Order: sequence, then C-alpha cells, then structure tokens
Amino acid sequence: MSTLRYAGLLSAVVFCMLPSVCGAQSPNLGRPLTPEEIRKIDITVSPDGRGLPPGSGSVSAGAAVYAKSCQACHGAQGAGKPQDQLTGGLGTLASGKPVKTPASYWPAATTLFDYIRRAMPITAPQSLTNDEVYAVTAYILSIDGIVPGDAVLDAKSLPRVKMPNKDGFISWWPKPPR
Amino acid sequence: MGVVMGKGEKMESAKLREEVVAGNGLIHRRALLRGALFSAGIAAADVGVAQADDSVGADAPDWMKTPGQPFSAYGTPSKWQDKVQRIFTIAPGRAGTGVSRTPLHLLEGTITPGGLHFERHHNGVPDIDPGRHELFIHGMVKRPLAFSLEALMRYPMESRIHFVECAGNSGAFGAAQPQQITAGELNGLLSCSEWTGVRLSTLLAEAGVAKEAKWVIAEGADAAAMSRSIPVEKCMDDAMIALYQNGEAIRPEQGFPMRLLVPGFEGNMNVKWLRRLNLTDAPVDARDETSHYTELMPSGKARQFMFLMGAKSAIVKPSFGMTMKGPGLYEISGLAWSGAGRVSKVEVSADGGKSWAVAALNEPVLSKALTRFRLPWNWDGRPSTLMSRATDEKGGAQPTRASWIAEYAPGQGYHFNGIQSWSIEADGTVKNVYA
Repeated sequence: MSTLRYAGLLSAVVFCMLPSVCGAQSPNLGRPLTPEEIRKIDITVSPDGRGLPPGSGSVSAGAAVYAKSCQACHGAQGAGKPQDQLTGGLGTLASGKPVKTPASYWPAATTLFDYIRRAMPITAPQSLTNDEVYAVTAYILSIDGIVPGDAVLDAKSLPRVKMPNKDGFISWWPKPPR
Repeated sequence: MGVVMGKGEKMESAKLREEVVAGNGLIHRRALLRGALFSAGIAAADVGVAQADDSVGADAPDWMKTPGQPFSAYGTPSKWQDKVQRIFTIAPGRAGTGVSRTPLHLLEGTITPGGLHFERHHNGVPDIDPGRHELFIHGMVKRPLAFSLEALMRYPMESRIHFVECAGNSGAFGAAQPQQITAGELNGLLSCSEWTGVRLSTLLAEAGVAKEAKWVIAEGADAAAMSRSIPVEKCMDDAMIALYQNGEAIRPEQGFPMRLLVPGFEGNMNVKWLRRLNLTDAPVDARDETSHYTELMPSGKARQFMFLMGAKSAIVKPSFGMTMKGPGLYEISGLAWSGAGRVSKVEVSADGGKSWAVAALNEPVLSKALTRFRLPWNWDGRPSTLMSRATDEKGGAQPTRASWIAEYAPGQGYHFNGIQSWSIEADGTVKNVYA
C-alpha cells in the first residue's frame, strides 16, 4: 500500500469516528422516537432505582398475589418445585453445596421487580400491575427476613433493600481482577 | 507427526508415518477410497459375466428404473437422515422454555443447518409480525430512534461466519461422574452460521452515543423480554443486527426478524427477537446476568460479566454412541473454536495426553467461527484415550478438566472449556472419561 493511500485510509477512519459524519454514510432511516413512546417501551429498572414506576405494595398484599399467580410453579413460600426455588439457601454459597436463590444469590432487589414485571407469571407475562409487582417482591423478600413482615416497597424503598449477597459478585469485564 | 502407537505396530506405523508426512494426513483417506473402488470393480465384473438378459435394468437399482420425485418448494433432508434432529430437554410444565441441542456428532463441516441450530428460549418462540416490529435505540443517545425491518434492509450489510455458544454449553462436564451421552448432548449448545446484517455501530452512530453511555441494555420481544447488559465497546466493535442466517431470513427460533450478534460472547447475550437497545452508564443486574450466567467460585463469590467464550475443542468422531469396527485406519475429526479470535492450533492425543500430534485444520480458519480439525489414526485395537486441545491466536488454551473444576464451586457448569476425553474400549465402544 502506498503512503498516499495509507494516509487516505487513515483520514477516512478518523473522519468516520465522528458520529454525525458516519451517520451520513448510512441512509439515515431511523424514525425519531417521542418521549411518550420511550415511556411506554422502557421497562428497564437499574439497581439504583432508575426506571422504577410509581406505586407500592405490602408484604400482605404480596402474599395474595403470590398465592394466585406464583405458588403453582414456585411452591409454598417460594420453596420451589416444579420450578425455581425463590427463597432459602442463605449462607450456602461457599458451603460446597450452594443453593442459589434470589434471596441467597441475587445482588439487587430491583432485579426481582424488573424480572417479575417483564417476564412473570410465565403463562401471562406483563399482566401484573405495578402495585402487584411491588407487593409480590416484598412478599418474597419477607420470607427470609430480608424485609420485615410489615414492609411496603416502592420506588424509594426498593433500591435501599440490602440483599444478603450484595457484595458477592466480581466483575470480569473488561478484565478479570488481579 | 504421527500418533504414538504400541511396540508391536512398529513396522506398520513406520509405513503409515511416511504416508502421513507425504500427504500431510490426506493420503490415508485416498488410500481407503482407492481400496473401496477396487473391490467394487471386481464385484461388478463378476455380476456382468453371470448375466443372461442384456437389458442393463435387471442389475440397476430401483431408483434408476423409475422417474424420481418432482421439484419441491423448499427442500428437506433425505428421509434416510431422519435421526438427524435437534436433541431436546423440555423443562417440566414449560414447553418452549429450556434448550434443544445441535446434534454435532451427526453433522460434518462447520456450518450448522438453520433447522438444527441449538435453541435456548426463556418463554417460547414468539410469532412476530415483521411489519409491526421495530428496533428501538434510546437512553443516553442524542437522537432516540426506531428502525423498521424495511428500513434496516436498506442499510449497508455484511456477511460473517460466527459460532454462537451458550454459556452453559458442556456443563455436563461439571458432573462428578462422566456422563455417557453423545457429543451433541455434551457440546451441542453450539452452532455456527453465516450471519448477514447491519453493523450495530452504524445505527448507534446515527443515534449519536452520549459520552457517558458505557453499557447497552439489549432486550428481546419474546414473552420473557429477555435482557442483558452489553459493554458499549463491543457494540461499537463487531456487533451486528443479524437479519439473515445461512442466506435466508433468520429463523423464528433464532430471533426472526432480527437478533443481536456479539461474536465470541456467551450465547445469551446474542439477544434474539431484538426490540430495544437502551444506552446507559452502568449494567442493570438483569436476571440473566445475576441469577444465571454468573460463575460461582469455591469462595462463595461469583464471577459476573465473564463474556468471552474461551478456546475449546471437542472430538466428535469417534464419540459416544459410535462403535469402532476393529483395528485399522480411522479419521479423528472434531470442532475447535474461540471467542477471542482464530484457532491457531489443535493437538490430538491418542494416549491419554502423554503425547500430542498437531491436527490438520480445514480452511477457512475464521475468527470466532467453528474450525474443523482432522487427523488420521491407525487404531491397533487396544484400549486408548483420545483427547483434543485447542489454542487460539491470542494465546488462549484449554485447561485440563481438573484445573477447570478447581476454579469453580461444586456443580457449576458455565464456560466449561476443559480438555475432553473419549476412551476407546477393546470392543470398539466409545466412552466419556475424565482422563
């Protein structure tokens, strides 16, 4: 490759690193999204609570939601069977017989809310109201005493729930520690 | 370089070694083919002499004496291949949730037929109307955008061959006892296709990624709205919005009308039925990056975001379920791959790891794609242990199973890339062993 051609290629690469310029090379057919559209599709909840909707739910309300929508698959009090165990297993992770449940393993309480709201119950996902999701999250967390029996969870209190394994994960990205 | 054999085989092995060197391993296969043709010629000549009627049809097979089947709109495999099917495990009470595996031991080459690509669904395969599906890009971008399939079809496309491997592939090797199951059951959460689509970086550039955006939360339009946090660096590198698989529209089980392809990263991150890319400054601890797809270590701490699928290989011929038909020349064949790049070397041992021979790699050897390796082997009929180990261009190599096991808590199975072993018994049967 001649020096001239190399210089040309290099400038093209640098040129393309500017988003507006690179976009110009594509047909630019993206349709602008309105804030209202984004509000409807954005169901992501972050561990710091961003994305949590208004509403709230108590442990006792959650027990009723659980009995109606969850217990058939996850057993009484989240004990599992036929599907995943949701409770128990605390303190087992380093025992040689680890039992990974939301209670024993999951680092963030917001994950329970996010996952239940987007994917559960499996026969009718995205059918629970926000209040019901808060409530059933509170109920599941109360079984292992992660929240008290009189807890009411909402967008403020849920991110503050300290999960037992909060500090149990080590990021392997972009590189393993050491 | 030949496979080390027993003392009694010295003469024959010396001869074979010459042939291996001369033909770089291919001579043996040609020699076998010549032998077969020779005996077939004798048989035909014998029949010719015995024949009284001079119409040739008397000795022709049935299918040469009647017109064949008409054309078909979409071809299907031969009816003689009806055993070549995906291998199922269905979670109780949840049809559509779980996995099916690619029958690696029943296939050849490196490209997985579309209908045999492994499946991992979290709540079934959605029936998406492509006319009503859009890809949303929003969050920390200058211009939140929606892309219809029709719009994406007008973008510059590229075709690349890449494997997709579930992070849980080969998890059976975590079991205390070696599982006597086929190579497909062991390693079949692995498939390789030619993917065609639009570079994600093109769409992200159009949306204008904000400086603070470090992660992209990808979400599917399935009934689990499966989501994962993906580093923005990967999305700006070789990630693709894949629309085609092996030349045809991507199959429903693989994400029709579009999936995210993050080559070399664990399969779960290649979000199918892709609907939404939400740019943000931190990962969201989605269920599938906490509860699942994290690797618990003996200390009780878990690795999170260990995205790259490591250098790995598996012999698929011979493998469990096959029977060696007595001593003689065989071809050992298998698959090697790495999420870090190209496979640079595959070595095979026939003596349980005491000595290793470099296998031939079928061209083309592509980055983050399956590579087929082959090595001729003269089996003397005595019990033997076959192993393979791959090295990639970045220096990644396979650990022994024992050293892999020591890294993790008991019963873990994500990211297994330890060396696998098959024992060949004196009667020709093949067993999975921990050697």
